[in-house]
Amino acid sequence: MSGARLDLDGVGKHFRGLRAVHDVSFTVPAGAIHALIGPNGAGKTTIFNMIAGVFAPDSGAVQLDGRTISGLRPDRICDAGVGRTFQLVKPFKGLSVLENVTVGALHRKAHLAEAREAATAILSGLGLHDRRHQLAESLTLPDRKRLEVARALATEPKLLLLDEVMAGLRPTEVDVMVAFLRELNQRTGLTILLIEHVMRAVMALAAEVVVVSYGEKIAQGTPQEISRHQAVLDVYLGEQEAS
Amino acid sequence: MSFVRRLVGDAPPRILLSLGVLLALLLAAPALVGKYWLSVLILMLYFAYVGQAWNILMGFAGQLSLGHALYAGLGGYIAAGLYFHYGIGPWAGLFAGVAVAAIAGSIVGYLGFRFSLAGVYFALLTIAFSEFTRVAFDHWQWAGGSGGLFLKVEAATDIVNLRGGSVLFYYLILALSVGAFLLCRALLESRLGRYWLAIREDAEAAQAVGVPVLRCKMIAIIISAALTALAGVWNAFYYNNLFPETAFSMGRSIEITLAPIIGGLGTLFGPIVGAVVLTGLGEAFTDLGEVLHIPGIKQIFYGLALLVIVMYRPAGVWPWLARKLGLEEGQS
Repeated sequence: MSGARLDLDGVGKHFRGLRAVHDVSFTVPAGAIHALIGPNGAGKTTIFNMIAGVFAPDSGAVQLDGRTISGLRPDRICDAGVGRTFQLVKPFKGLSVLENVTVGALHRKAHLAEAREAATAILSGLGLHDRRHQLAESLTLPDRKRLEVARALATEPKLLLLDEVMAGLRPTEVDVMVAFLRELNQRTGLTILLIEHVMRAVMALAAEVVVVSYGEKIAQGTPQEISRHQAVLDVYLGEQEAS
Repeated sequence: MSFVRRLVGDAPPRILLSLGVLLALLLAAPALVGKYWLSVLILMLYFAYVGQAWNILMGFAGQLSLGHALYAGLGGYIAAGLYFHYGIGPWAGLFAGVAVAAIAGSIVGYLGFRFSLAGVYFALLTIAFSEFTRVAFDHWQWAGGSGGLFLKVEAATDIVNLRGGSVLFYYLILALSVGAFLLCRALLESRLGRYWLAIREDAEAAQAVGVPVLRCKMIAIIISAALTALAGVWNAFYYNNLFPETAFSMGRSIEITLAPIIGGLGTLFGPIVGAVVLTGLGEAFTDLGEVLHIPGIKQIFYGLALLVIVMYRPAGVWPWLARKLGLEEGQS
């Protein structure tokens, strides 16, 4: 497993006249961890959905390692090497934790037994191993977030899209997740793009931060640069985003 | 051998033993029981079989069809019509019947799934297709129109043309039921089966982990329709008559759904347990009705019994029974 470069080139999306995202461009180099931040409703999840193929952009293109993936179906984009989590978690509720991740692993494995093995290993890494025989619906929210990450990782992505996986986690749990992701990134070179409100995680993980507001990119830079960027401060003025 | 091993999988020995004993008893049944009980067993097996077929689409892939009579009716009519008009035997005719039903299933499926009709809207589509096929058959003279299609009843057993008494049809439906059970078990333990369960639970999340959702749903409805069509062929040659008003009726479609709902959706044993419970209750209340001499009492008791089961065992009888027996069913 190694990382892939992600390029967004002038990507835009309208919903019935509402301009959700307008002319957003940025690059995440192979093996890098970048964060996408912005106020609620800024268009972050819309950008994720365009990368993951839930809908195609109205304008612009999304490329993975130079190959255009925008316009493909979500399962094809998964084939291409993009794994994603959902902000509103979507576990397969009636299936066990292990089966949830096994479905993801089946994507690259020829046999059910192999997929189960791979799934078990991933669950161990995320501390869900003890709960593998529970139904997913019986998990707490933090565990469901972990399950989202585990299921996405099971598809052996080259680019991992994480949509607010830290939300609802306690600070110590955030640190555990941060350590897990950093270790994963260093070991495998997996490219990661995360949407995150938990600044503690953004500061600890992201080499660069892309800031969007009202559907437009207003800044990009290292976490330190971003935290001093005037436009960003204006957008966040009055908001307490630190956790 | 590896196929056998895959089928047996991790099933505990005592289950395999019980199933073996059950199968042996069912094989010996015609020699052990009288005509009445054989007809009850035939009904049970029929509902277990069509329930298993319907369960693939609803229990596994999560798509509600309330128009499965369409596939049974098409299978039966095509095979019976070919035999009636051209003397083409049912063993050949069933291929035509199954093919037509599979095509019908793929049309319903494509319209429903391609345009993302979900839940009750998809169910309405299935009802609509079944209903307008009924109307079409009412006016189709080749199929006998609303007057129905009748096959000649012959006493001599003729396996080639599926003519014969209840023992022949008992063994046929037994073979179909066992085959459907084994097929469903193999499907559940396959990649496709896992993909179906994922789609049933959350189609969007399934697609995000690489499941080709449309293709998997299409395969589910085609397999389900084809298996249901086989039951239709069996039905046509067992009862020797077909009427559009019954073959494509809403009641026939609902009947198909009951065993898996009562027994447990998405489980392998659910349709079987449901069929035993439903047929048993039906027969018991028929007897009761005859004793009490109150017209319609059977339907009232039957309806009440279903209501009570659905209220107290909403997940079906089998998951509860499996827990009582100390078993957990295979899907998880």
